[in-house]
Amino acid sequence: MCLAIPMRVIEISGTSGDAFDPPAAAVEADGIRQNVRLDIVDRMPAPGNYVIVHAGFALTTLDEEQARANLALLEELAAGGDETR
Amino acid sequence: MKPADVYRDPERVRRLAARLAATVHRPLRFMEVCGTHTVNLFRFGLRAMLPPELEVVSGPGCPVCVTAAVDIDTCLAAAAHPEVEFATFGDLVRVPGSCGTLADLRARGARVTVVHSPAAAVALARAEPGRLVVFAGIGFETTAPLTAAAIVQAAALALDNFCVLSFHKRMPPIIDRVLGAGHRLDGLLCPGHVAAIAGRRAFAPLAEVYGLPGVIGGFEPADIMLALVRLAELAGRGAAAVENGYPRAVAENGNPAAQALTDRVFIPADAPWRGFGTVPGSGLVPREEFARFDARRRLDLTPRKMGSTGMEPAAAAVSEPAGCRCGDVVAGRCRPPDCGHFGRRCTSTAPVGPCMVSAEGSCAAWFRYGNDGE
Ligand code: SF4
Repeated sequence: MCLAIPMRVIEISGTSGDAFDPPAAAVEADGIRQNVRLDIVDRMPAPGNYVIVHAGFALTTLDEEQARANLALLEELAAGGDETR
Repeated sequence: MKPADVYRDPERVRRLAARLAATVHRPLRFMEVCGTHTVNLFRFGLRAMLPPELEVVSGPGCPVCVTAAVDIDTCLAAAAHPEVEFATFGDLVRVPGSCGTLADLRARGARVTVVHSPAAAVALARAEPGRLVVFAGIGFETTAPLTAAAIVQAAALALDNFCVLSFHKRMPPIIDRVLGAGHRLDGLLCPGHVAAIAGRRAFAPLAEVYGLPGVIGGFEPADIMLALVRLAELAGRGAAAVENGYPRAVAENGNPAAQALTDRVFIPADAPWRGFGTVPGSGLVPREEFARFDARRRLDLTPRKMGSTGMEPAAAAVSEPAGCRCGDVVAGRCRPPDCGHFGRRCTSTAPVGPCMVSAEGSCAAWFRYGNDGE
């Protein structure tokens, strides 16, 4: 139930402010497409951004700058693993 | 390459495992407080890669597992009302209360519908104006804002046939409970998606109050290994610090919009936990302003038992499934194989307790993936 996975935003809808048409996005991951609500997302995503999806809602838009920092941390620690061989 | 792929790359995971092995020099015991970590440690074969001195135990991070039997009985009492359509995430349907499960009640004619989102429960209420849709709100900081959004939407739509039976729970009070009562832990693998909402700072008391290290971890195999490496490094130095190992999704202050929505709709309340009893301020119930969306204020939820013709009044005594040690499992006091029912009376096809019912439960993960790495 807490399985929250990153999905790529394809299209945004529901920007009218009408409760019958809440903010939402069409998102895709591994060929699976679904619609998710954007009521609680921290930062409005744009098409092409990745969002973390949980129980039909986007929780957060992945931060690209932080994504690079995250990757750098991964590569640094993984490189350390090689030296120990 | 998709962003996720690099975090699944077996070569990087292998190198992180080597680094972890080179970092752990003495017996260490970490706790993961997230059902998805529990499952993914098995699913990606990570448990088999852990150094023998490192033990990783489960904590109270599986929402279904920590829901007390008394709360399951409340679900049964709600679902038994003839006008109610009970909407819930799937796992809850098979969890036994003191006299059966929601699935048993459904077999006797109650309307129990599995939904995958609180938004789907609102849609159900709009589609079925003649029924009262009761959504079972379950989950931690990650899920509570979703239920809050559903309540706010129902209010905006002036939807009178939707309400929530909230069992939502907060992570900090239960971490206090785990750490306050004499523990044998060397660090915490902190839940990435709770932190995506609550922020790194929500876990800072680990270091500041309890002098323990913590690392917030994502959910891909390399994320989990990365967090364990950093945790082992901190624990090895005796450093009390809470690090963010998942910065691409977790900010220092989390997601303030989601926090504000939860605060607007819910107020903390005492709540019962399986394995811990009542924990002050650990639950979330709708505020007065949203009283008409609170199932507890709209329905008589006195405990009932399943009789031959449906639900009948029952004494309030609540029993856990006999011999089930879920309460000890979620508190990290025992491992699933330490339970006498594990793999014998209790299997994934015939679960005895919630830790086997829930896909995120520790017993289910151990049963499904075997005893890798032990
Ligand atoms: S194995 Fe089954 S009976 Fe034993 S603690 Fe786990 S869920 Fe309960």
